[in-house]
Amino acid sequence: MKRPKVFIANEIPKAAEEYIGQHCDYIMWDFSKRKTFQGIVDNIGDVDGILEVGMKIDRDLLKHAPSLKVVSNISVGYNNYNLQDMKAMGVLGTNTPGVLDNTVADLILGLIISAGRRIVEADADTKAGNWKKGEMDKFFGKDIHHSTLGIVGMGRIGEAVAKRAKGFDMDIIYHNRTRKEDAEKRLGARYMDMDQVLQNADFLVVMTPLTDETHHLIGEGELKKMKKEAFLINASRGPVVDEVALIKALEEGWIAGAGLDVYEKEPVDANNPLLQMKNVVTLPHIGSATRKTRDEMAMVAARAIVEVLEKGDSACIVPELRKS
Amino acid sequence: MAKRKVLIGYPIKDEIMEYVKKHCDLVPMDYTKAITYDDIYEKIDDVEGAVVLITPIDKKLLERGKKLKVVSNITVGYNNFDIDAMKEAGVIGTHSPGILDDTVADFVMGLLIATARRITELNSFVKGGRWKKVENNHLMGLDVSGTKVGIIGMGRIGEEVARRCSLGFKMEVSYYNRSRKEGAEKELGISYKPMDELLAESDFVVLLTPLTDQTHHLMGEREFSLMKENAILINASRGPVVDEKALIGALKEKKIAGAGLDVYEKEPMDEDNPLLQMDNVVLSPHIAAGTQRTYDNLAWNAARCMVRILEGEEPINVIPEMKG
Repeated sequence: MKRPKVFIANEIPKAAEEYIGQHCDYIMWDFSKRKTFQGIVDNIGDVDGILEVGMKIDRDLLKHAPSLKVVSNISVGYNNYNLQDMKAMGVLGTNTPGVLDNTVADLILGLIISAGRRIVEADADTKAGNWKKGEMDKFFGKDIHHSTLGIVGMGRIGEAVAKRAKGFDMDIIYHNRTRKEDAEKRLGARYMDMDQVLQNADFLVVMTPLTDETHHLIGEGELKKMKKEAFLINASRGPVVDEVALIKALEEGWIAGAGLDVYEKEPVDANNPLLQMKNVVTLPHIGSATRKTRDEMAMVAARAIVEVLEKGDSACIVPELRKS
Repeated sequence: MAKRKVLIGYPIKDEIMEYVKKHCDLVPMDYTKAITYDDIYEKIDDVEGAVVLITPIDKKLLERGKKLKVVSNITVGYNNFDIDAMKEAGVIGTHSPGILDDTVADFVMGLLIATARRITELNSFVKGGRWKKVENNHLMGLDVSGTKVGIIGMGRIGEEVARRCSLGFKMEVSYYNRSRKEGAEKELGISYKPMDELLAESDFVVLLTPLTDQTHHLMGEREFSLMKENAILINASRGPVVDEKALIGALKEKKIAGAGLDVYEKEPMDEDNPLLQMDNVVLSPHIAAGTQRTYDNLAWNAARCMVRILEGEEPINVIPEMKG
């Protein structure tokens, strides 16, 4: 029987590459070169699977890959998939839920504390040699313990964030399309409508996937409802927040600050006003970026692609593309 | 009857000043600039009570302050007190235990996550316009959840840190302390380890001991050489608990992976301190207890401790060395 052929579009750990090699033939992008659309098209003419991170998968790309059966995302978000096009052309898509929850939730707590207690600002100031005697209140911040955490989007990562917040005796409120009553019991979280979450949160954590419905979910109206001393934390997907509105909110003091790992455009433009703001923590989309977690994600993605190619099915196929 | 003269050696909020004025005659000070030891020395001669932040209460000061009955420290640490000299002069020292525990524990967690996930370094990376491509294999950090944390000094703050680590982050918590804390072991599921063993096994070593003759340079060259190469040191206790030269050596020679520091052997730090140049070190200017709410609570406590003693009521929060 002919072995299936896979195109590996992103750098992956040796173990994941070897696993693919045991089950498939594969070609890999030359990582010394800048990725271009044409370059990708040249590689996928006869492949059965693509393993990638964040590559736009739509009709324009798919028409160049007539034998393609599956695309495997090495991430949990899959807003790079045009689900309609994939459905229409019979291509399955997988993601890597579960493995990165703890690593992302750790970073979100790091963003909450770094923004609230002004750690990045204090570190930069100290390293610049600006520490003087008698300025104890210069970096007074906001208490984390016993403050109110508002979570918008209570999925696995939202729950992992709530679990950590309990250790800080935070009061946890959340909004989600559907109520999560078992999570409420387990975590002591309270369900509220969106406005109430916005109005009560000291730290508002946005944790929704990016869909048509969640695009610009947090805009001017929402930011205006937040407390002046509140912080917005986003480590989900950039376009869930209307960045122009956020910049305005920060410039005009509608909210106290923000902790961001994601942006509407990544990498961020050098002239993005967020880069000038001391009360904003800006990270380069590293929510899941630890060696252990990235290795595990790559293995999950590699297994998913092999499962689909060998058995036609995988538990990692995204819900919208599952055969009912 | 003339009211007793008192001095407040650090700016505190008006409400507390008013409370003190109701009971005592407050010596005027210029709070618009940093108040120095000399400023306090100059005014101490007929003062009966003083509220101070970190001003050394030494022989020289006590010899001039012949009427002094009580010095109330705003903070919980009191290594600024020359205890023997105070005892000899019959001056009671009070401090503020129990008030800042949560606020400090929050900050310790912030330092820990920020160091592990490189939050300050990567914030500068993004803000400096150096984020140019989406691939971020070179921006990986270390996991926090599921790792081992060793706490040296298991007092109230240690217990709060342990609770945050074990509850939310599912970290395996061990501790070293002069005395076993069996209550905390049961309640928090933590285990006692001899210091060397703790150093050798922990991914994060958190220092929370008070500074005494016994804990001075508790962490030196030998101790750093026992730690894992990918381990991180967090110090939010007192600077001299760590031999800073040895720490700088250990960081340069990569004997440990990084450090999160709020305290130093010399504060403010010298501008040529090599720590200021290190990307894998998070520095903050002794602000672990630094939130407005906590500072106000500490100042309230110090003011009350002083007034109670001057009015002949039962003293509260006297430092342990002067009790009984």
